[in-house]
Amino acid sequence: MDDVPAFTPVNLITGFLGSGKTTLLQRLLDDPAMADTAVLINEFGEVGLDHHLLDRIDDTMVLLPSGCLCCTIRGELSAAIRDLHGRRERGEVPPFRRLAVESTGLADPFPILSTVQADPVLRHHFRWGNIVTTIDAVNGGSQLDRRPESVKQAAVADRLVLTKSDLVTGAQAEALVARLRTINPSAPLVRAAEEPIRADALLAHDLFAASARAEAARRWFTVEEGAQAHGAGVQAFVLALDETVDWTRFGLWLTMLLNRHGEKVLRVKGMLNVEGSDAPVAIHGVQYLVHPPVHMAAWPDDERRSRLVFIVDGLEPAAIEGSLRAFLRR
Amino acid sequence: MCALCGVLGGDGHWTDAAPRPGVFTRNTDGLARRRERMARVAVANRILKLYGLSLSDWQGASFVLSTATGKSELVDNLAHLWAAAEKLAGRPCDPLDPAVIARLRDDHG
Repeated sequence: MDDVPAFTPVNLITGFLGSGKTTLLQRLLDDPAMADTAVLINEFGEVGLDHHLLDRIDDTMVLLPSGCLCCTIRGELSAAIRDLHGRRERGEVPPFRRLAVESTGLADPFPILSTVQADPVLRHHFRWGNIVTTIDAVNGGSQLDRRPESVKQAAVADRLVLTKSDLVTGAQAEALVARLRTINPSAPLVRAAEEPIRADALLAHDLFAASARAEAARRWFTVEEGAQAHGAGVQAFVLALDETVDWTRFGLWLTMLLNRHGEKVLRVKGMLNVEGSDAPVAIHGVQYLVHPPVHMAAWPDDERRSRLVFIVDGLEPAAIEGSLRAFLRR
Repeated sequence: MCALCGVLGGDGHWTDAAPRPGVFTRNTDGLARRRERMARVAVANRILKLYGLSLSDWQGASFVLSTATGKSELVDNLAHLWAAAEKLAGRPCDPLDPAVIARLRDDHG
Protein backbone atom coordinates (compact mmCIF):
# COMPACT_ATOMS: atom_id res chain seq x y z
CA MET A 1 0.00 0.00 0.00
CA ASP A 2 3.05 2.21 0.01
CA ASP A 3 2.32 3.64 -3.39
CA VAL A 4 -1.24 4.67 -2.61
CA PRO A 5 -1.34 8.46 -2.32
CA ALA A 6 -2.37 9.98 1.01
CA PHE A 7 -5.20 11.69 -0.85
CA THR A 8 -6.39 9.82 -3.89
CA PRO A 9 -7.48 12.27 -6.60
CA VAL A 10 -11.04 11.88 -7.82
CA ASN A 11 -11.79 13.04 -11.36
CA LEU A 12 -15.31 13.86 -12.38
CA ILE A 13 -16.17 13.20 -16.00
CA THR A 14 -19.29 15.13 -16.78
CA GLY A 15 -21.14 16.43 -19.81
CA PHE A 16 -24.63 16.50 -21.17
CA LEU A 17 -26.59 13.43 -22.26
CA GLY A 18 -25.12 12.06 -25.48
CA SER A 19 -22.16 14.41 -25.37
CA GLY A 20 -19.67 11.54 -25.57
CA LYS A 21 -18.70 10.83 -21.98
CA THR A 22 -18.73 7.09 -22.39
CA THR A 23 -16.78 7.27 -25.65
CA LEU A 24 -14.26 9.51 -23.95
CA LEU A 25 -13.99 7.13 -21.03
CA GLN A 26 -13.48 4.25 -23.41
CA ARG A 27 -10.64 6.09 -25.13
CA LEU A 28 -9.15 7.00 -21.78
CA LEU A 29 -9.23 3.41 -20.62
CA ASP A 30 -7.13 2.36 -23.60
CA ASP A 31 -4.42 4.68 -22.37
CA PRO A 32 -1.73 2.83 -20.40
CA ALA A 33 -1.57 5.86 -18.09
CA MET A 34 -4.92 4.70 -16.70
CA ALA A 35 -3.56 1.39 -15.42
CA ASP A 36 -3.79 2.44 -11.79
CA THR A 37 -7.15 4.19 -12.08
CA ALA A 38 -10.44 2.89 -10.75
CA VAL A 39 -13.53 4.02 -12.61
CA LEU A 40 -17.00 4.44 -11.21
CA ILE A 41 -19.61 4.47 -13.92
CA ASN A 42 -23.31 5.05 -13.58
CA GLU A 43 -25.95 3.04 -15.32
CA PHE A 44 -28.61 5.33 -16.65
CA GLY A 45 -31.19 5.08 -19.39
CA GLU A 46 -30.90 1.84 -21.24
CA VAL A 47 -29.93 -0.85 -18.79
CA GLY A 48 -26.26 -1.60 -18.87
CA LEU A 49 -25.64 0.53 -21.93
CA ASP A 50 -22.59 2.25 -20.55
CA HIS A 51 -21.52 -1.03 -18.98
CA HIS A 52 -21.53 -2.84 -22.29
CA LEU A 53 -19.71 -0.06 -24.07
CA LEU A 54 -16.82 -0.41 -21.69
CA ASP A 55 -14.36 -3.23 -22.07
CA ARG A 56 -12.43 -2.86 -18.90
CA ILE A 57 -14.80 -4.01 -16.15
CA ASP A 58 -13.10 -5.53 -13.16
CA ASP A 59 -13.40 -5.65 -9.41
CA THR A 60 -12.49 -2.04 -8.95
CA MET A 61 -15.36 -0.88 -11.09
CA VAL A 62 -18.74 -0.55 -9.48
CA LEU A 63 -21.98 -0.01 -11.27
CA LEU A 64 -24.50 2.00 -9.30
CA PRO A 65 -27.84 0.41 -10.07
CA SER A 66 -30.12 3.24 -9.03
CA GLY A 67 -30.53 5.18 -12.22
CA CYS A 68 -30.57 8.92 -11.72
CA LEU A 69 -27.30 9.96 -10.19
CA CYS A 70 -28.44 13.45 -9.62
CA CYS A 71 -31.15 12.49 -7.14
CA THR A 72 -29.37 9.96 -5.09
CA ILE A 73 -25.72 10.63 -5.50
CA ARG A 74 -24.78 11.81 -2.02
CA GLY A 75 -25.51 8.54 -0.30
CA GLU A 76 -24.68 6.18 -3.04
CA LEU A 77 -21.56 7.70 -4.54
CA SER A 78 -19.97 8.06 -1.12
CA ALA A 79 -20.91 4.46 -0.27
CA ALA A 80 -19.40 3.26 -3.54
CA ILE A 81 -16.17 5.17 -2.97
CA ARG A 82 -16.00 3.96 0.63
CA ASP A 83 -16.44 0.41 -0.55
CA LEU A 84 -13.65 0.78 -3.08
CA HIS A 85 -11.45 2.38 -0.46
CA GLY A 86 -12.13 -0.43 2.01
CA ARG A 87 -11.40 -3.09 -0.58
CA ARG A 88 -8.18 -1.35 -1.53
CA GLU A 89 -7.15 -1.17 2.14
CA ARG A 90 -7.82 -4.89 2.53
CA GLY A 91 -5.90 -5.65 -0.65
CA GLU A 92 -8.95 -7.08 -2.38
CA VAL A 93 -8.54 -4.76 -5.35
CA PRO A 94 -5.42 -3.34 -6.98
CA PRO A 95 -4.08 -0.30 -5.12
CA PHE A 96 -5.48 2.29 -7.50
CA ARG A 97 -4.00 5.76 -7.34
CA ARG A 98 -6.79 7.67 -9.04
CA LEU A 99 -10.54 7.40 -9.18
CA ALA A 100 -12.63 8.61 -12.12
CA VAL A 101 -16.34 9.13 -11.67
CA GLU A 102 -18.65 9.38 -14.64
CA SER A 103 -21.74 11.44 -13.93
CA THR A 104 -25.04 11.16 -15.75
CA GLY A 105 -25.75 13.78 -18.35
CA LEU A 106 -28.42 15.42 -16.25
CA ALA A 107 -26.31 15.75 -13.15
CA ASP A 108 -25.59 19.09 -11.59
CA PRO A 109 -21.89 18.65 -10.79
CA PHE A 110 -22.05 20.41 -7.44
CA PRO A 111 -23.71 17.67 -5.29
CA ILE A 112 -21.26 15.16 -6.75
CA LEU A 113 -18.31 17.37 -5.88
CA SER A 114 -19.55 17.97 -2.36
CA THR A 115 -19.76 14.21 -1.70
CA VAL A 116 -16.08 13.81 -0.99
CA GLN A 117 -15.80 16.86 1.18
CA ALA A 118 -19.02 16.16 3.11
CA ASP A 119 -18.15 12.57 3.97
CA PRO A 120 -16.19 12.29 7.23
CA VAL A 121 -14.21 9.27 6.01
CA LEU A 122 -13.68 10.14 2.38
CA ARG A 123 -12.35 13.62 3.00
CA HIS A 124 -9.36 12.14 4.80
CA HIS A 125 -8.47 9.80 1.93
CA PHE A 126 -9.64 11.46 -1.27
CA ARG A 127 -9.46 14.86 -2.87
CA TRP A 128 -10.94 16.28 -6.02
CA GLY A 129 -8.85 16.22 -9.14
CA ASN A 130 -9.65 17.78 -12.51
CA ILE A 131 -13.22 18.02 -13.68
CA VAL A 132 -13.48 16.99 -17.32
CA THR A 133 -16.53 18.16 -19.25
CA THR A 134 -17.53 16.87 -22.67
CA ILE A 135 -19.39 19.23 -25.02
CA ASP A 136 -21.04 17.95 -28.13
CA ALA A 137 -20.26 20.16 -31.15
CA VAL A 138 -23.57 19.27 -32.76
CA ASN A 139 -25.95 19.91 -29.87
CA GLY A 140 -23.76 21.77 -27.39
CA GLY A 141 -24.96 25.22 -28.39
CA SER A 142 -28.65 24.48 -27.96
CA GLN A 143 -27.95 22.66 -24.69
CA LEU A 144 -26.17 25.74 -23.37
CA ASP A 145 -29.23 27.77 -24.37
CA ARG A 146 -31.78 25.56 -22.76
CA ARG A 147 -30.19 23.64 -19.93
CA PRO A 148 -28.65 25.50 -17.01
CA GLU A 149 -26.89 22.34 -15.82
CA SER A 150 -25.08 22.23 -19.17
CA VAL A 151 -23.71 25.74 -18.57
CA LYS A 152 -22.69 24.74 -15.07
CA GLN A 153 -20.89 21.66 -16.34
CA ALA A 154 -18.88 23.83 -18.77
CA ALA A 155 -18.16 26.50 -16.16
CA VAL A 156 -16.77 24.15 -13.52
CA ALA A 157 -14.53 22.27 -15.96
CA ASP A 158 -10.77 22.10 -15.58
CA ARG A 159 -10.59 20.45 -19.02
CA LEU A 160 -13.10 20.82 -21.84
CA VAL A 161 -13.44 18.09 -24.45
CA LEU A 162 -15.21 19.09 -27.65
CA THR A 163 -16.70 15.98 -29.25
CA LYS A 164 -18.22 15.31 -32.68
CA SER A 165 -16.53 18.35 -34.20
CA ASP A 166 -16.10 16.28 -37.37
CA LEU A 167 -19.89 16.39 -37.80
CA VAL A 168 -20.12 20.19 -38.02
CA THR A 169 -18.40 22.86 -40.11
CA GLY A 170 -15.27 24.53 -38.83
CA ALA A 171 -17.17 27.79 -38.38
CA GLN A 172 -19.83 26.10 -36.26
CA ALA A 173 -17.21 24.50 -34.07
CA GLU A 174 -15.38 27.81 -33.67
CA ALA A 175 -18.60 29.60 -32.72
CA LEU A 176 -19.21 27.04 -29.97
CA VAL A 177 -15.62 27.28 -28.76
CA ALA A 178 -15.92 31.08 -28.61
CA ARG A 179 -19.04 30.69 -26.55
CA LEU A 180 -17.38 28.21 -24.21
CA ARG A 181 -14.58 30.71 -23.74
CA THR A 182 -16.98 33.29 -22.34
CA ILE A 183 -18.21 30.73 -19.81
CA ASN A 184 -14.84 29.22 -19.04
CA PRO A 185 -11.87 31.10 -20.47
CA SER A 186 -9.03 29.17 -18.88
CA ALA A 187 -9.72 25.42 -19.14
CA PRO A 188 -7.62 23.76 -21.87
CA LEU A 189 -9.86 22.47 -24.67
CA VAL A 190 -9.27 19.20 -26.51
CA ARG A 191 -11.00 18.37 -29.80
CA ALA A 192 -11.71 14.68 -29.44
CA ALA A 193 -12.31 14.06 -33.15
CA GLU A 194 -9.00 15.57 -34.20
CA GLU A 195 -6.61 15.20 -31.32
CA PRO A 196 -5.35 12.29 -29.26
CA ILE A 197 -6.97 11.80 -25.86
CA ARG A 198 -4.26 11.61 -23.22
CA ALA A 199 -5.38 10.51 -19.78
CA ASP A 200 -2.43 12.22 -18.18
CA ALA A 201 -3.20 15.61 -19.74
CA LEU A 202 -6.89 15.44 -18.90
CA LEU A 203 -6.89 13.93 -15.44
CA ALA A 204 -3.58 14.88 -13.87
CA HIS A 205 -1.60 18.14 -13.55
CA ASP A 206 -4.05 19.82 -11.22
CA LEU A 207 -3.43 22.42 -8.59
CA PHE A 208 -3.05 19.85 -5.83
CA ALA A 209 -0.39 17.87 -7.63
CA ALA A 210 2.76 19.52 -6.31
CA SER A 211 4.70 19.13 -9.56
CA ALA A 212 2.03 20.87 -11.62
CA ARG A 213 0.86 23.62 -9.29
CA ALA A 214 2.59 26.58 -10.86
CA GLU A 215 1.53 25.61 -14.37
CA ALA A 216 -2.08 24.96 -13.31
CA ALA A 217 -2.24 28.31 -11.54
CA ARG A 218 -0.65 30.22 -14.42
CA ARG A 219 -3.30 28.90 -16.74
CA TRP A 220 -6.07 30.42 -14.63
CA PHE A 221 -5.18 33.97 -15.43
CA THR A 222 -5.80 33.85 -19.12
CA VAL A 223 -8.85 36.03 -18.48
CA GLU A 224 -7.93 39.62 -19.11
CA GLU A 225 -8.41 42.03 -16.32
CA GLY A 226 -11.16 44.44 -17.10
CA ALA A 227 -12.57 42.01 -19.69
CA GLN A 228 -15.79 42.13 -17.80
CA ALA A 229 -19.11 43.67 -18.48
CA HIS A 230 -22.80 42.98 -18.18
CA GLY A 231 -24.47 41.70 -15.05
CA ALA A 232 -26.56 39.14 -16.91
CA GLY A 233 -25.71 35.59 -17.85
CA VAL A 234 -22.59 33.56 -17.15
CA GLN A 235 -19.36 35.49 -17.35
CA ALA A 236 -15.80 35.29 -16.12
CA PHE A 237 -13.81 38.14 -14.71
CA VAL A 238 -10.60 38.78 -12.81
CA LEU A 239 -10.38 40.76 -9.63
CA ALA A 240 -6.89 42.00 -8.76
CA LEU A 241 -5.72 43.51 -5.49
CA ASP A 242 -2.46 45.38 -5.04
CA GLU A 243 -2.36 45.26 -1.26
CA THR A 244 -1.77 42.15 0.83
CA VAL A 245 -4.86 40.26 1.93
CA ASP A 246 -5.88 39.67 5.53
CA TRP A 247 -6.72 35.95 5.60
CA THR A 248 -9.34 36.24 8.34
CA ARG A 249 -11.24 39.01 6.58
CA PHE A 250 -11.06 37.21 3.26
CA GLY A 251 -12.40 34.00 4.81
CA LEU A 252 -15.34 35.79 6.39
CA TRP A 253 -16.13 37.61 3.17
CA LEU A 254 -15.99 34.55 0.91
CA THR A 255 -18.05 32.38 3.27
CA MET A 256 -20.65 35.16 3.51
CA LEU A 257 -20.71 35.59 -0.27
CA LEU A 258 -21.07 31.87 -0.92
CA ASN A 259 -23.71 31.44 1.77
CA ARG A 260 -25.93 33.99 0.00
CA HIS A 261 -24.86 33.63 -3.63
CA GLY A 262 -23.11 30.24 -3.89
CA GLU A 263 -25.61 29.09 -6.48
CA LYS A 264 -24.47 31.92 -8.77
CA VAL A 265 -20.74 31.68 -8.09
CA LEU A 266 -20.03 28.81 -10.47
CA ARG A 267 -16.32 29.03 -9.91
CA VAL A 268 -13.85 31.04 -7.88
CA LYS A 269 -10.14 30.43 -8.09
CA GLY A 270 -7.06 32.47 -7.64
CA MET A 271 -3.90 33.35 -5.91
CA LEU A 272 -3.77 35.47 -2.79
CA ASN A 273 -0.88 37.49 -1.48
CA VAL A 274 -1.71 36.74 2.14
CA GLU A 275 -0.34 39.06 4.79
CA GLY A 276 2.42 37.33 6.73
CA SER A 277 3.00 34.63 4.09
CA ASP A 278 5.93 34.74 1.65
CA ALA A 279 4.41 32.34 -0.83
CA PRO A 280 0.96 32.75 -2.37
CA VAL A 281 -2.12 30.86 -1.26
CA ALA A 282 -4.29 29.32 -3.97
CA ILE A 283 -8.06 29.34 -3.52
CA HIS A 284 -10.26 27.06 -5.54
CA GLY A 285 -14.01 26.68 -5.21
CA VAL A 286 -17.13 25.51 -7.00
CA GLN A 287 -20.36 27.10 -5.84
CA TYR A 288 -20.75 26.56 -2.08
CA LEU A 289 -17.71 24.32 -1.94
CA VAL A 290 -14.16 25.58 -1.40
CA HIS A 291 -11.20 23.23 -1.50
CA PRO A 292 -8.58 23.38 1.25
CA PRO A 293 -6.37 26.38 0.39
CA VAL A 294 -3.09 25.39 -1.24
CA HIS A 295 0.13 26.94 -0.01
CA MET A 296 2.17 27.37 -3.18
CA ALA A 297 5.93 26.96 -3.15
CA ALA A 298 6.39 30.18 -5.11
CA TRP A 299 4.57 32.66 -7.31
CA PRO A 300 3.81 31.20 -10.76
CA ASP A 301 5.05 34.33 -12.59
CA ASP A 302 6.38 37.83 -11.97
CA GLU A 303 3.00 39.08 -10.90
CA ARG A 304 2.88 39.44 -7.12
CA ARG A 305 -0.63 40.76 -6.75
CA SER A 306 -3.61 38.81 -5.51
CA ARG A 307 -5.79 37.75 -8.40
CA LEU A 308 -9.10 35.97 -8.28
CA VAL A 309 -10.96 34.59 -11.28
CA PHE A 310 -14.72 34.41 -10.86
CA ILE A 311 -17.19 32.68 -13.13
CA VAL A 312 -20.57 33.99 -12.08
CA ASP A 313 -24.12 33.65 -13.25
CA GLY A 314 -25.98 36.94 -13.10
CA LEU A 315 -23.87 38.65 -10.45
CA GLU A 316 -22.37 42.06 -11.06
CA PRO A 317 -18.54 41.98 -11.10
CA ALA A 318 -18.35 45.56 -9.80
CA ALA A 319 -20.50 44.65 -6.80
CA ILE A 320 -18.26 41.69 -5.93
CA GLU A 321 -15.13 43.79 -6.21
CA GLY A 322 -16.62 46.67 -4.19
CA SER A 323 -17.74 44.25 -1.51
CA LEU A 324 -14.38 42.51 -1.19
CA ARG A 325 -12.53 45.82 -0.99
CA ALA A 326 -14.89 47.10 1.70
CA PHE A 327 -14.46 43.91 3.74
CA LEU A 328 -10.68 44.00 3.46
CA ARG A 329 -10.48 47.65 4.40
CA ARG A 330 -8.93 48.37 7.79
CA MET B 1 -6.70 16.43 15.95
CA CYS B 2 -8.27 16.79 19.35
CA ALA B 3 -10.56 14.11 20.69
CA LEU B 4 -13.46 16.51 20.85
CA CYS B 5 -13.20 17.22 17.15
CA GLY B 6 -13.15 13.49 16.54
CA VAL B 7 -16.34 13.03 18.52
CA LEU B 8 -18.06 15.75 16.59
CA GLY B 9 -16.79 14.40 13.30
CA GLY B 10 -14.56 17.43 12.69
CA ASP B 11 -15.72 20.33 10.60
CA GLY B 12 -13.32 20.26 7.69
CA HIS B 13 -14.25 23.78 6.67
CA TRP B 14 -11.71 25.32 4.29
CA THR B 15 -10.96 28.18 6.67
CA ASP B 16 -9.99 25.57 9.29
CA ALA B 17 -8.28 23.08 7.01
CA ALA B 18 -6.44 20.25 8.73
CA PRO B 19 -2.69 20.89 8.60
CA ARG B 20 -0.98 18.73 6.00
CA PRO B 21 1.71 19.26 3.40
CA GLY B 22 0.82 21.87 0.82
CA VAL B 23 -2.25 23.17 2.63
CA PHE B 24 -2.42 26.69 3.96
CA THR B 25 -4.03 26.83 7.37
CA ARG B 26 -3.82 28.58 10.68
CA ASN B 27 -5.19 25.48 12.32
CA THR B 28 -1.68 24.32 13.22
CA ASP B 29 -0.87 24.59 16.90
CA GLY B 30 -2.94 25.73 19.86
CA LEU B 31 -1.59 29.25 19.86
CA ALA B 32 -2.11 29.87 16.13
CA ARG B 33 -5.59 28.40 16.36
CA ARG B 34 -6.51 30.58 19.32
CA ARG B 35 -5.09 33.71 17.69
CA GLU B 36 -7.04 33.08 14.51
CA ARG B 37 -10.25 32.51 16.45
CA MET B 38 -9.83 35.83 18.28
CA ALA B 39 -9.17 37.66 15.03
CA ARG B 40 -12.14 35.99 13.47
CA VAL B 41 -14.47 37.01 16.28
CA ALA B 42 -13.25 40.63 16.05
CA VAL B 43 -13.68 40.86 12.27
CA ALA B 44 -17.00 39.01 12.28
CA ASN B 45 -18.39 41.40 14.89
CA ARG B 46 -17.60 44.34 12.64
CA ILE B 47 -19.93 42.84 10.07
CA LEU B 48 -22.47 41.25 12.39
CA LYS B 49 -23.19 44.49 14.21
CA LEU B 50 -24.82 45.72 10.99
CA TYR B 51 -27.43 43.06 11.66
CA GLY B 52 -27.72 43.63 15.41
CA LEU B 53 -25.75 40.47 16.16
CA SER B 54 -22.56 39.63 18.00
CA LEU B 55 -20.22 36.66 18.09
CA SER B 56 -18.09 35.28 20.90
CA ASP B 57 -15.77 32.35 21.27
CA TRP B 58 -17.10 29.38 23.21
CA GLN B 59 -14.34 27.44 24.88
CA GLY B 60 -12.16 27.48 21.81
CA ALA B 61 -14.40 24.86 20.24
CA SER B 62 -17.45 26.72 18.91
CA PHE B 63 -18.86 30.22 18.65
CA VAL B 64 -21.93 31.75 20.25
CA LEU B 65 -23.93 34.02 18.00
CA SER B 66 -26.30 36.33 19.88
CA THR B 67 -28.89 38.98 19.21
CA ALA B 68 -29.09 42.18 21.25
CA THR B 69 -31.96 40.65 23.24
CA GLY B 70 -29.93 37.59 24.17
CA LYS B 71 -31.34 35.07 21.74
CA SER B 72 -28.36 32.92 20.85
CA GLU B 73 -27.19 30.00 18.82
CA LEU B 74 -24.07 27.86 18.88
CA VAL B 75 -22.16 27.65 15.57
CA ASP B 76 -19.30 25.27 14.87
CA ASN B 77 -17.50 27.17 12.13
CA LEU B 78 -17.83 29.68 9.32
CA ALA B 79 -19.81 27.19 7.27
CA HIS B 80 -22.72 27.64 9.64
CA LEU B 81 -22.18 31.22 10.79
CA TRP B 82 -24.00 33.07 8.03
CA ALA B 83 -26.97 30.75 7.82
CA ALA B 84 -27.40 31.08 11.61
CA ALA B 85 -26.97 34.86 11.38
CA GLU B 86 -29.69 35.11 8.75
CA LYS B 87 -31.99 33.05 10.93
CA LEU B 88 -31.41 35.14 14.04
CA ALA B 89 -31.50 38.47 12.19
CA GLY B 90 -34.57 37.44 10.23
CA ARG B 91 -33.15 38.81 7.00
CA PRO B 92 -30.51 37.94 4.41
CA CYS B 93 -26.89 38.74 5.23
CA ASP B 94 -25.77 39.85 1.77
CA PRO B 95 -22.21 41.11 1.32
CA LEU B 96 -23.23 42.58 -2.06
CA ASP B 97 -25.91 44.76 -0.47
CA PRO B 98 -24.85 48.37 -1.29
CA ALA B 99 -25.95 49.50 2.18
CA VAL B 100 -23.66 46.92 3.83
CA ILE B 101 -20.73 47.90 1.59
CA ALA B 102 -21.30 51.61 2.32
CA ARG B 103 -21.44 51.07 6.06
CA LEU B 104 -18.27 48.99 6.08
CA ARG B 105 -16.51 51.71 4.09
CA ASP B 106 -17.72 54.41 6.50
CA ASP B 107 -16.76 52.27 9.45
CA HIS B 108 -13.12 52.37 8.47
CA GLY B 109 -12.93 55.10 5.90
